Amino acid sequence: MSEQHIKLPEGSIEKVTSTLNLGPTHPATHGVMQNILELTGERIVSADQTIGYIHRAFEKIAERRPLAQITTLTDRLNYCSSPLNNMGWHMTCEKLLGVQTPKRVDYLRVIMMELARIADHLICNSIMGVDAGAYTGFLYVMQFRELIYEIYEEVCGARLTTNMGRIGGFERNFTDQAFQKLEKFLAEYPRALKEFENMFQRNRIFMDRTMGVGGISAERALNYGFTGPNLRAAGVDYDVRVHSPYASYQDFNFTIPVGTTGDCYDRWLVREQEMWQSLSILEQAYQKIQSFKGTEAEIYHADIPAYYLPEKKEVYTKMEALIFHFKIIMGETDIPVGEVYHSVEAGNGELGFYLVSDGGRSPYRLHFRRPCFIYYQSFEELVKGSMLSDAIMTMSSLNLIAGEMDA
Amino acid sequence: MALTNPIIQQQLQEKFGESVSAMVDSYGLLEITAPRELNLKVLNFLYDNPTLQFQFLTDLTGVHYPSKKGNELAVVYHLHSLKENLRVRFKVFAPLEQPEVYTATGLFSAANWMERETYDFFGILFLGHPNLKRILNVEQMDYFPLRKEFPLEDQTRIDKDDEMFGRGGTLKQID
Repeated sequence: MSEQHIKLPEGSIEKVTSTLNLGPTHPATHGVMQNILELTGERIVSADQTIGYIHRAFEKIAERRPLAQITTLTDRLNYCSSPLNNMGWHMTCEKLLGVQTPKRVDYLRVIMMELARIADHLICNSIMGVDAGAYTGFLYVMQFRELIYEIYEEVCGARLTTNMGRIGGFERNFTDQAFQKLEKFLAEYPRALKEFENMFQRNRIFMDRTMGVGGISAERALNYGFTGPNLRAAGVDYDVRVHSPYASYQDFNFTIPVGTTGDCYDRWLVREQEMWQSLSILEQAYQKIQSFKGTEAEIYHADIPAYYLPEKKEVYTKMEALIFHFKIIMGETDIPVGEVYHSVEAGNGELGFYLVSDGGRSPYRLHFRRPCFIYYQSFEELVKGSMLSDAIMTMSSLNLIAGEMDA
Repeated sequence: MALTNPIIQQQLQEKFGESVSAMVDSYGLLEITAPRELNLKVLNFLYDNPTLQFQFLTDLTGVHYPSKKGNELAVVYHLHSLKENLRVRFKVFAPLEQPEVYTATGLFSAANWMERETYDFFGILFLGHPNLKRILNVEQMDYFPLRKEFPLEDQTRIDKDDEMFGRGGTLKQID
């Protein structure tokens, strides 16, 4: 800190710090957020983060929407892995309503959630490369995110803001094309991931840029409410999938990769290893899906007519289906009184939903526990005393998504 | 021995007596309620007690209950004991006229922005907070938007039948 890079001549004016406005829109912030950095030379004295530029009042809007219409709001939190948010929300509703989902639904969900996790980690890790000056890796793995998005399209029709699934399961069974694309992904992705890894993992420049940069101890990380890969990089093996299993994650074998130093390099490595683990979970889930035969292979939602939108052909031919269709579309279904907190392991940490219901048709209060909102406050501590270029690396290694942060 | 809800209830009972209540809700989560003056004492106790060790603040937020006179604003903490892998919910209530609770920033650095957010949306003042200013909304804003007196749409509109959607224009009593 006290090290002076520019030696001022005797008697010259007193050295003052300079202020740098990084953002609100800047290629290095990857989202609409502002960082006011106080610098002496290139060293950071203090950082002040301003967020909220894309705050859209989702929590307020949710208070006037029936449960099914809130899914579209969750899409827009962490838009790099929308299906994860969608399913986290559906599972919160199911917890409130006391719905048990069939195993096949759970496994289908696991497939979509792990694909979303890979897409999320892939973006974060490759963007870290871009910020360190390596554009190639980013462009190379983009085709596999494209493949994941094609699977999304097969399943729900949308790519980015997916609105995937329903309370109780999925809107339709997975098509054969969806499974074919999944097979293609499982066959081709490992090789590309290995190549991507080779490009960065022992790359001298990348290591120099990331090792020992933006590190945090396990105690501080826990105190700051870190979750997800950022916490695991600091050496804490906390993973919601293991600690409070949802969607039958207890049926899968996988390990939780942990780091030691909590720096940018460890965060990158943890995400990289998690992608391998996700691949293994995907393979296990696909095997389990294939073991369902006959009518069992037709199950893609739980039997909850009051909340699950019936199929269109039934609406046209059956009285009950028509009634439920009308009630769900018009938001006329009362939800039970209760308070639930449910969380899922999202791309960048524990995404929680705190839902308070007073028995009306929409939540009385809904609060999103957005992981990156909570851990971004540590940014000043992470970058204090380091160089300006380290701040850029730290920011991209934290996987900050402005949409999630500002809700 | 694994930590269970009855153990926490017993420990709280021994320490705080009748002033702190702890009930298991219908989803199996222990819900602790305390007078707002005691919020830091309870949080400290949950944090430091060697058998409990609720040292991870998962979530902190507010809820506005206009019908609960004298207890309109709730501050809700979700705590996680990572060692025992158990969660609890902790609530304190504050009146609308004097919405003051002590800050938890001394215990949890994570509480800093969460309390700012709660202040931003509910106007709950966290006494002792190092930097209690708005975080997501503009600083010039002079109201607290998540309070229930601000409906999403103009409730006097007659061209739209609100009975169909949600609350039908009037605030429903919650008990």
